[in-house]
Amino acid sequence: MAVTSRRVARVVPLAPAVVLLALFMLGPVVWSFYGSFTNAALTGPAALNPEWIGFDNYVALVGDPDFPKSLWLTVVFVFLSAVVGQNVMGIALAGLLRSAVKPVRSIASTVVVAAWVLPEIVAAFAAYAFFHSEGTLNTLLAGIGVTGPDWLYSTPMLAVILANIWRGTAFSMMVYSAALAEVPPELTEAAQLDGANGLQRLTWVTLPVIRRSISTNLMLTTLQTLSVFTLIYVMTGGGPGTDSSTLPILAYQEAFKFAQVGYGTAIATVMIVVGGIFSVIYIRALRPEVD
Amino acid sequence: MRTARFLIAPVTAAAVALSLGACGSGGGGSDDSTIKVAYQKFGNFTQADELFKDVKADFEEANPGITVELVPIEAQQNDYFTKLALMNRSPSTAPDVMYEDTYMIKSDVEAGYLAPLDDYLAEWDEWDQFVDSAKEAGAGDDGKTYGVSMGTDTRGLWFNKDVLAKAGLPEDWAPTSWDDLLEAARTIKESDPDVVPFNMYSGKPQGEAAVMQGFEMLLYGTGDTLYEDGKWVTGSQGFVDALGFVQTVFTEGLAPTPQQALDTNIGNTVQAEWLPEGKVGIALDGSWVAGNWLESGVAPWPEWSEKMGTAPMPTQDGQDPGAVSMSGGWTLAMGSGSKNPDAAFEFISMALNRENSLWFDVANSQIAVRTDVAEDPEYTATNPTTEFFTGLVDVTNFRPATSDYPKVSNEIMVAMEAVMTGQQTPEEAAAAYDEAVVGIVGEENTVQG
Repeated sequence: MAVTSRRVARVVPLAPAVVLLALFMLGPVVWSFYGSFTNAALTGPAALNPEWIGFDNYVALVGDPDFPKSLWLTVVFVFLSAVVGQNVMGIALAGLLRSAVKPVRSIASTVVVAAWVLPEIVAAFAAYAFFHSEGTLNTLLAGIGVTGPDWLYSTPMLAVILANIWRGTAFSMMVYSAALAEVPPELTEAAQLDGANGLQRLTWVTLPVIRRSISTNLMLTTLQTLSVFTLIYVMTGGGPGTDSSTLPILAYQEAFKFAQVGYGTAIATVMIVVGGIFSVIYIRALRPEVD
Repeated sequence: MRTARFLIAPVTAAAVALSLGACGSGGGGSDDSTIKVAYQKFGNFTQADELFKDVKADFEEANPGITVELVPIEAQQNDYFTKLALMNRSPSTAPDVMYEDTYMIKSDVEAGYLAPLDDYLAEWDEWDQFVDSAKEAGAGDDGKTYGVSMGTDTRGLWFNKDVLAKAGLPEDWAPTSWDDLLEAARTIKESDPDVVPFNMYSGKPQGEAAVMQGFEMLLYGTGDTLYEDGKWVTGSQGFVDALGFVQTVFTEGLAPTPQQALDTNIGNTVQAEWLPEGKVGIALDGSWVAGNWLESGVAPWPEWSEKMGTAPMPTQDGQDPGAVSMSGGWTLAMGSGSKNPDAAFEFISMALNRENSLWFDVANSQIAVRTDVAEDPEYTATNPTTEFFTGLVDVTNFRPATSDYPKVSNEIMVAMEAVMTGQQTPEEAAAAYDEAVVGIVGEENTVQG
């Protein structure tokens, strides 16, 4: 009896949060999942009476040449800008800034964090202005006599990947700064006395100690990057053609530009699955041997 | 901790799904003492906004106790349709009166967004002033009338006489075939490489403007069409040829660069800047373009009538009837959920009475659909191109009047963009279009062209 009432007492304070999460997080997911099995649309007969069409949306998705391309672009975007770019840049900056003198550290971290505190739409316009054919980058290149290409048009993926690294590195840098501060100095000093060089100390001492921060950070940046929409939409609109249409852009286009909400939600469901797969990989790969 | 981590994935993805899934219907909200009027206001197009502001004042004076709430939607054409559709899905946001493109009417009727106006029109003594084609343009598939036409339009070639003169082309230039047009564009390019010889809208960002002002002006000049005897045409040579024209102008540098052409603002830029500044030679565009340059427009240009020339868009090889045009137009429609349909119709009838129709047709360079407006000297005198564009009515075409058209139109934008960016050849893009159309309307509703 006492056990039951204690259990109830523990659950009660959680209830409002659970209800809110279910309503505003789980609800839309379930609704989106349901919508992906209908032909819901914004106009035409299907807008009035959406019909249950089973797996038709998914079958159409598999047969749609835009879809595998979009899936691939999404994986490339996430891998290069989040997994490689933001994480490696983040840890490198955090490490370098630890040993830098104070003014350098303040200035550098302010510059990096500035990109992170900008609202996404402002950051997206800044990146657009930077990579535009007559933008900052090409003006600078022209100053040294180089004619830059039209980045947003000829190399749209490169442009959005660089922009996302610029925007997101601050987050990883802060996570890793905190993690590195927690590495016990005795460990690195001991390794140094044993004759380990800088790279060896990083590989064998620092990284294993901060591995849990790495896995958390990898997962957060991956999932944030997976759902990046504004940055790409403002910079390239998913174009030219479909050359930078990642899954969020494709889903938006199908659901809202082409009014096929059911089809758009099917793409959103695929995104949930992709996010889930990434999460499982991180949790498995970086599972701590000892807790 | 493990479970918490697992939750992060669906929760983050849910943030995206949220925007897609959360468009169900909401609770009721608007009452019968407020009339909500939704319309587009974007870039150079501010005429509807001015019209409705005036009508709001008059309406509220005539109907004390009823408030008109204006909802200008600041979005480009395709986004306007999306936002309007989203508003229509929820009773708390659904407008009572909306500015509706004729090509969306049939589709939106089937979606249940619009209310039939027949009972009101039967009692409106001004309805017989509207020409028959305008009445048909507002009809749904069930034969009832859902929209009252504000004006119609045609499309043709605009050209800057100074630019053409520099290239040695005459002031009364009028091409007789596509080759003729392309030749003129090449001549302009040679005479001044800094000028964009020819502008046509193309690609997804331009939406229906690309399809109607661009692609269909080409396709309907080849002898092929999109839709024939109730079936969608696939595999026609005209479709491939029209895409071939798009490919030619964009790969030869006769048009704006693809990146310029894919900028959502190019329509505003061409009309308000490039044409007046002589940065574009020839522009394939609508009859309403001159509205920008009138005193009431956003880019007044008093000399425009001397500097700008017009010519009909030729057919592919000059085959009969020699020229081609497309017509559309916008209407005012009533929302099916209106709590006060009597007041909503009164607003529509006030906005489109003789005086207001005249003002809108003149300010927006529309072709009048009310006979009393068409005969008005003020209408015929203000704009010297009115006569030319009204004359194109003889060779004009209308878009397929079916509820599938908006979806098919999207596939045409996709094909155009694929060709202009060099991602597909015209043949490949046409094949992809054929496949998409079969997917939309079903094999049984298509016919081999």
